[in-house]
Amino acid sequence: MSLLTISGSPHVHTQQSVKSIMYGVVIAMIPAIFVSVYFFGIDAARVLLISVLGCLFFEWLIQKYLIKGPVTINDGSALVTGVLLAFNVPSNLPAWIIILGALVSIGIGKMSFGGLGKNPFNPALVGRVFLLISFPVQMTSWPMPKALFGEGITDAITGPTTLGILKEGLDAGKTVQEIMASPNFPGYVNDLMGAQAGSLGEISALALLLGALFMLTRKIITWHIPTAYIGSAVIFSGILWMIDPTQFIDPLMHLLAGGMILGVFFMATDMVSSPMTAKGQIVFGVGAGLLTIVIRVWGAYPEGVSFAILIMNAFTPLINNMFKPKRFGEVVKNG
Amino acid sequence: MKTFTLGGVHPEENKLSADKAIEVLPLPEKVYVPVSQSLGAPSKVVVEKGATVKTGQLIAKGESFISANVHSPVSGKVVKIDDVIDSSGYKRQAVFIDVVGDEWEESIDRSPEIISEITAERDTIIKKINELGVVGLGGATFPSHVKLMVPDGKKAEYLLINGVECEPYLTADHRLMLEKGEEMMIGISILKKALGVSKAFIGIENNKPDAIEHLRKLCTRYQGIDVIPLKVKYPQGGEKQLIKAVVNREVPSGKLPIEVGCVVNNVGTALAVYEAIQKNKPLIERIVTVTGKSVTKPSNFMVRIGTPVSLLIESAGGLPENTGKVISGGPMMGKALTSLEAPVVKGTSGILIMPVEESKRTQVLNCIRCGRCITACPMGLEPVLLAQLSENLMFERAEAERIMDCIECGSCHYTCPAGRPLLDYLRLGKNKTGLLIRNRGKK
Repeated sequence: MSLLTISGSPHVHTQQSVKSIMYGVVIAMIPAIFVSVYFFGIDAARVLLISVLGCLFFEWLIQKYLIKGPVTINDGSALVTGVLLAFNVPSNLPAWIIILGALVSIGIGKMSFGGLGKNPFNPALVGRVFLLISFPVQMTSWPMPKALFGEGITDAITGPTTLGILKEGLDAGKTVQEIMASPNFPGYVNDLMGAQAGSLGEISALALLLGALFMLTRKIITWHIPTAYIGSAVIFSGILWMIDPTQFIDPLMHLLAGGMILGVFFMATDMVSSPMTAKGQIVFGVGAGLLTIVIRVWGAYPEGVSFAILIMNAFTPLINNMFKPKRFGEVVKNG
Repeated sequence: MKTFTLGGVHPEENKLSADKAIEVLPLPEKVYVPVSQSLGAPSKVVVEKGATVKTGQLIAKGESFISANVHSPVSGKVVKIDDVIDSSGYKRQAVFIDVVGDEWEESIDRSPEIISEITAERDTIIKKINELGVVGLGGATFPSHVKLMVPDGKKAEYLLINGVECEPYLTADHRLMLEKGEEMMIGISILKKALGVSKAFIGIENNKPDAIEHLRKLCTRYQGIDVIPLKVKYPQGGEKQLIKAVVNREVPSGKLPIEVGCVVNNVGTALAVYEAIQKNKPLIERIVTVTGKSVTKPSNFMVRIGTPVSLLIESAGGLPENTGKVISGGPMMGKALTSLEAPVVKGTSGILIMPVEESKRTQVLNCIRCGRCITACPMGLEPVLLAQLSENLMFERAEAERIMDCIECGSCHYTCPAGRPLLDYLRLGKNKTGLLIRNRGKK
């Protein structure tokens, strides 16, 4: 008889692995990928391909020649970063800028801290914000999507995002109602389906929600961060809206326009850079929701999701320290 | 349906031997009986090499308060008193006996008749349980008489009987409840009398509906005993989790169940108590599940203590070709055996044979800080943090983060998608932190 294996208990393990989690996230992004290709055409596919290949390439390069350690590009995490980075840029972004974004995401956002699990910030958002600040013109020239049904405007024309239109209009002294009544305003249905100008992955709330549902049922993410994030954003923007509906956007439009749904389900829930306890995750979500609305309403940028999540990422270690799980036998309730 | 609130996991149940009736294993040719089979101080051998012993004769005496007597499980000749490698992998002193016939001590009532009238008084019950070597059969093997002696100032309100059997694969307790239910109920009544409590609850997970139904029927004839079905969740059989699930009380950190008025005993212990009090029979045999996905004949055996594990495996159809690991106990908390000659002891609930492909641990990857170990921990600890502190030898911090509350259920390691051996680090950390605390006490 061959020798027996000896190891400590437990001797059985869950089926869920880092790989299955990462590829699960990728599967959840497929509906949004289809929507982006539908509305932006081959350009969207081009951005996705360059971003994914760029992220995989830089991770391989750094692991193999800089760190000289094991290469783990097949664990799915660089693939997730690649798709997310593409989701966060316009479809007409030049290839070299995308590649630079991939380098910053993987090189600075992830590998400089020690690779998967060690990065304090979401790598895709690090890349995205780097590009937004460095290339503000290219990063905010949004190709118009084709119309939801039938012939649309050609994609050679660029225009502002839904939030951009609102911000511009409000700054010009118009009321929310006047802006939303104008013919170039996409409206609720288009924003839900994806017929709006914007980054690749953020345009269709519906496609993203489908993916989110998949991740929730497969237990890849939990409800805590999304619920707290959406809840606090809706309540905060709702209060503002009730105070003055002519100056403040209603909560539903806040949800459907811009990158809120993408950020809430796919980037705020990034387990590496978000808190580990349920309590901490709720604090994180509430903070991100409030910050998003604050930036959207009073900030210089029309969109605040990326900054809000990155700022809350920075608070994650503090939140982990402050919000401990409820210990068994700590508060004794008898009866 | 009731269950505990904090953490928990759902490993595959794999109760392959659930419908296999208990078979009496034929007597082995020789037995190795470790003299220390319970928690606490080792017992002292009271027989000499060459001596002839009868089944049920005292061979090792527990000499301190927390220790237990050991009796000969067979009749025959003491060949030697030597070390044997037991399921923990350590060498332990054991009495080696060559089996000759099966001659029992006369004081033991071997008739199949069930004696339901309880004549023994409280003091006699505790004394006999102590004398006859009854220990907790759930796995921790805590001497049973100690649990029955409620410290001054404390009061027992409820007796909880643990029929949860939350470990995957194991079915020994399940079969016991089905086949020895009547005796068990009398055992519970005896325990109730010894503790002076009027209420006992039997906690059973609802994956054993036949046992729940059977015992519920029996309950109509035994006053003050109720069956509480529990929602399946590991580690519900943990003492603190069971108390939380059944009576919704939380045992404070570092305290015993009696702090919240509870005493917990396993169903197997209740049967052993019945046999000790009503039949004068010491704890010399127990039910052991022999199981595994490749095992030809998964079984539940009534086995004499000291029987080599190899004999049990043979009786279950032999060691499968693709065996990678043999575990004493269940897959969540059991110990991997180093030798198949290790003897069955009072705490052996099962022998689980794992195929090669399930025996190797997965590759250890970076922690992705998903927090699944925190969600899974039934004690509300942060295994990821405690493992890190242990790895960095920061035991004082680990103590402050309540590492000593860890019940070593393995839910954290089970649930880790990065395959990190969290419990290995926690065990190390607990050991070192315990040392730190004890040394502090000495100063």
